[in-house]
Amino acid sequence: MTLVAAIFIVLGLFFFTGGSIGILRFPDFYSRLHPAGKLDSMGLLMSMTGMALYVLQDLSLGALLTALKIMLIVVFVFITSPTATHAILDAGVRAGLSPWTAPEKEENG
Amino acid sequence: METFFLYTAIYLCLIMLLSLYRAVFGPTVLDRMIGVNAIGSKTTALLILIGLIYRRVEMFVDIALAYACLNFIAVLAASRYFQKRKGLYDENH
Repeated sequence: MTLVAAIFIVLGLFFFTGGSIGILRFPDFYSRLHPAGKLDSMGLLMSMTGMALYVLQDLSLGALLTALKIMLIVVFVFITSPTATHAILDAGVRAGLSPWTAPEKEENG
Repeated sequence: METFFLYTAIYLCLIMLLSLYRAVFGPTVLDRMIGVNAIGSKTTALLILIGLIYRRVEMFVDIALAYACLNFIAVLAASRYFQKRKGLYDENH
């Protein structure tokens, strides 16, 4: 059980790392929203599942309640993270920011 | 296992620095908001890790839930505020 929890937490860290590097490296903020959404959803789901499994090791009512609350945070984030992402996107569209387009490439055959 | 959680927490703090770069040097206000949102969601995981390290998870879970809620409300309020303003800086125009 401990090993499974550790694997889940490391998977979550993988998504956190990928999301952060994506936020750093993408060209404009419309495309930066994509790794931001992945980071919120997948990273939190994986790491929180791992922590809930670790908490559930000693089966008692308190541990069960704590694990349930941890999964409740995940459900909450799954509802609120797309809403927050959409709100940021909407602010950008209404402010008139133009999306990034790829620079002109030379056409080879 | 506490050592593993400690190293995980340190690694999360290092990852936060990457998002902090975007929050400090972002070209537009919305880039800064994306960085702040990413830092907030990492903090939610970090708070539960701190609870696991100190063996007080049942207390830190509530703090993490409140922090996730606060992060959501902050981002929502800031984006509603900035869409009415012309303060958004566009680098291309």
